[in-house]
Amino acid sequence: MNLLAEVRLVAAKDLRIEARSRVLLAQVLPFGAIVVLLFAFALDPDRGVLARVAPGLFWIAVLLAALLAIGRAFAVEQAHGARDGLRLAGLDPASVFLGKAAAIVVQLLALEVVLGLAVVALYGVDLRGGAVLLATSVAATLGLASTGTLYGVLAAGLRARETLLPLLLLPVLAPVMLGATRAFEDALDGATADAWPWVALLVVFALLYTGVGMLAFGPLWEDA
Amino acid sequence: MCLLGRFPALAGLDLDLDAGGVVLLSGPNGAGKTTLLKLLAGLLPLHSGEATVLGTDLGVDRRSHRRRLALVGHDTCCYDDLTVRENLRFAARAAGRDAAAADAAMTRLGLESIADVVHARLSAGQRRRGRGAVALGREPELLLLDEPHAGLDAEGREVLDALLRDARTEGRTVLVASHELDRTRALADREVVVRGGRAYPVEAA
Repeated sequence: MNLLAEVRLVAAKDLRIEARSRVLLAQVLPFGAIVVLLFAFALDPDRGVLARVAPGLFWIAVLLAALLAIGRAFAVEQAHGARDGLRLAGLDPASVFLGKAAAIVVQLLALEVVLGLAVVALYGVDLRGGAVLLATSVAATLGLASTGTLYGVLAAGLRARETLLPLLLLPVLAPVMLGATRAFEDALDGATADAWPWVALLVVFALLYTGVGMLAFGPLWEDA
Repeated sequence: MCLLGRFPALAGLDLDLDAGGVVLLSGPNGAGKTTLLKLLAGLLPLHSGEATVLGTDLGVDRRSHRRRLALVGHDTCCYDDLTVRENLRFAARAAGRDAAAADAAMTRLGLESIADVVHARLSAGQRRRGRGAVALGREPELLLLDEPHAGLDAEGREVLDALLRDARTEGRTVLVASHELDRTRALADREVVVRGGRAYPVEAA
């Protein structure tokens, strides 16, 4: 089986588990929606603050929800020794890394669509710069998923993994938060030319962590 | 030798097994039987000494031979939210086999009636059968079994015994760690006693 087939196998397995358990739909999505709603309560929409800071609030909500999705991706491997089963399967660790990251990407993109609609409705944001918004979302999500998968397996072997994962991951994701927020701000202000360098930063970050993840996941996966 | 935390395990073990047939690993609790099976599966690192399994030197590479073996341990290694059929097919495809191999293993273990039941809803005995089917669906050359009879009903035990009997004709090597000595001795070609991390072959199994 080639790398692509192995990636598809792992991603399909993770997505099937999520579709059947409905954790994304019943827990992660409502959590993200509540965060968006709480920001709306905290920063009164009538003062016009919300529309200005909407990009940052959106990505904070996505990031917090992503932590749940990443933690979940490795929690399913803990029960009944499934992790040992996956290790014994003989798959290339790079395939496992890419498959898990791909499944997280699919879930996060779905989450971003719903949270994006909530932001538009609740924060009074006028959507502009569709191509930049789309490119930013895809690049930032790839970065979130690849970094999350790498740090997810690092935390998987630790006893306090639920609390350590955010502690390890959030500082590393600062460039994603900065780049995605600034690109969204520029796109919504109509300054799309200013946004593309931020998109480029996100692409570089995603490629870097995907490459590092493919190399480093194996040893971390074996020792988790 | 391998280390479990800071503690050495299997220090001084010397064991040479030919391919094909059934080998019983006996010995008291804590002797190192499970550790030995995990070491042979490549789940535990070798800290000193040499170990070659299916032509792979585990001191150098403990991954590449995994597709050719299966370990049935204490855990089912299955996903709660996948059905029996989905768990079997995932494991078989990961090992480079097709869905037919998984379906054949399911039939052989008598799991057709619960094929579409998710793992979380299975009884303990059904899970143990499913665990065996997952291993068999991978069509392994080397099958490592850790207390395979535990938790099985009479019918399940008969099915397992038949699998062990068929191992020789199927050209498979089976290593069974068990405390069900009379039952497993009747099926084994050889017996090796593991005690204090060392192996003592028993000549007449």
